[in-house]
Amino acid sequence: MDAIIENFPKFIDAFLVTLRLLVVSGIGALIIGTLVAALRISPVPALRGFATVYTEILRNTPLTLVLFFCAFVLPQLGVRFDFTTAATIGLTLYTSPFVAEAVRSGVNGVSVGQAEAARAIGLGFGQTLSLVILPQALRMVIPPLINVLIALTKNTSVAAGFSVFELVAVSRQVIQFNGNATVAILLAVAVFYLVITVPLGQAANYLERRVMARR
Amino acid sequence: MTNVLYDVPGPKARRLSLILSIIGGALILGGLIAIFIFLSQPRINAGGVAQPGIFDASRWDILGDLALYRTIWRGLSATLQMAGVAAVLAMVVGILLSMARTAMTAAIRIPAIVLIEFLRGMPVLLMMFFVLLVFSTGQFWAGVGALAVYNGAVIGEALRSGIASLPKGQRESGLAVGLTPLQTRFSIEYPQAFRQMLPIIIAQLVVLLKDTSLAFILGYQELLNVVLKQGPTTFGATYLFTLFFVVWAVYLTVNMALSWIARLVARRTASGRGGAKTRRIEKVIAQLGGAGIAGASETRAGKDNDAGHTP
Repeated sequence: MDAIIENFPKFIDAFLVTLRLLVVSGIGALIIGTLVAALRISPVPALRGFATVYTEILRNTPLTLVLFFCAFVLPQLGVRFDFTTAATIGLTLYTSPFVAEAVRSGVNGVSVGQAEAARAIGLGFGQTLSLVILPQALRMVIPPLINVLIALTKNTSVAAGFSVFELVAVSRQVIQFNGNATVAILLAVAVFYLVITVPLGQAANYLERRVMARR
Repeated sequence: MTNVLYDVPGPKARRLSLILSIIGGALILGGLIAIFIFLSQPRINAGGVAQPGIFDASRWDILGDLALYRTIWRGLSATLQMAGVAAVLAMVVGILLSMARTAMTAAIRIPAIVLIEFLRGMPVLLMMFFVLLVFSTGQFWAGVGALAVYNGAVIGEALRSGIASLPKGQRESGLAVGLTPLQTRFSIEYPQAFRQMLPIIIAQLVVLLKDTSLAFILGYQELLNVVLKQGPTTFGATYLFTLFFVVWAVYLTVNMALSWIARLVARRTASGRGGAKTRRIEKVIAQLGGAGIAGASETRAGKDNDAGHTP
């Protein structure tokens, strides 16, 4: 317990690093992901193909490999930035296809009858999508998006392997000097993660229940 | 075969689509060519020595080297070994957790809920460190333990929502013909829940396979570590980019094969049940530009899925 109290400022700093990774790459991933999802459902085949390939490739690449690319391979190619930026870029890239998939499955989740009804009263493709499908899809998309953000929170820990001093890396450092308090320190770090993930999860559950009730 | 979202495109719409397609294609192609030119330029390294561009033959000649393939195989087999053992254990953990989670007595159910929520909220890497440092198991079992427990929790949740989505009559009629609750669970509910959740479980196995690369941070000698971290010292630093591509290609091949199976299974289980409704849904999905249904989404896909299947 002493080890935790002694190093509390360190943990707070590390928590802020984790939080910053989460917020910056979360926003980035939401923007890129939404764009990719838009390309993916567009009627233009070339854009759709590009978005599909982008999603499939990134989703099947391990995060560790993406971060390795950003931290060690890009500098070799003459693109240099510090490790935190590299981790942020890597996390953004890795998360974006999951955002895209969540958005797309929200659009797909709107029942066919809605589209048929909209078409039956004479709305065109753009009108059907913007007036009928998307407003409903948006509501269904938010819970899965929160789940993507929860996954991102957990994924920020991988940055520990690439010289970013966030929670896991700092806990390792602290453990080196306080070997007798290993369990306590790791559990303390776990609590820091739960502080982020539990409220997000609760929000997702609550919204999910509300969305279900409305339909 | 009329479309649901738009009419069959006429000549004008077809032309517009073609033009946009060409413009979009040109933009993408332009981007790729720009990247290609950037990569193929010779570059000066930190020591001031000029090095050939990325596509220069001297950077790729190790592809003909047998030692490289032996290294890849060493790494890949370590990765697959960890993934295989972890996958089997994860299934076991998942079944146990889903049983505890759906237990009749609250004394079992509530701790199980807390445990599952806790495990699902933990970074796998943190769990690996926990197993490594607390139980001092060595890197292999640390990776396997963390992956099994984490993915077990996810699979357990998927199985539970699979059971929850079954019609109530399944369990009731099982009990009515005189099976004990446990027998009902194993011979009536689990087989159906398992079948329904198979795509999600396979998708989770892809996640598991990807996550074995985290063991690289522990120092386990898996694919990424052996080829990408140690490769440049064995084969020469100029090959880093080549080695990166090789590792990437291997991961993509293995994962995409698994994803493809997941999708195949999803389609088969879907068409086995839904009939006309499923076919209609698939048509709309195809129109919206999608390929698979539930096969891929990683998180909480269980809930989406059972929403789709309840009448």
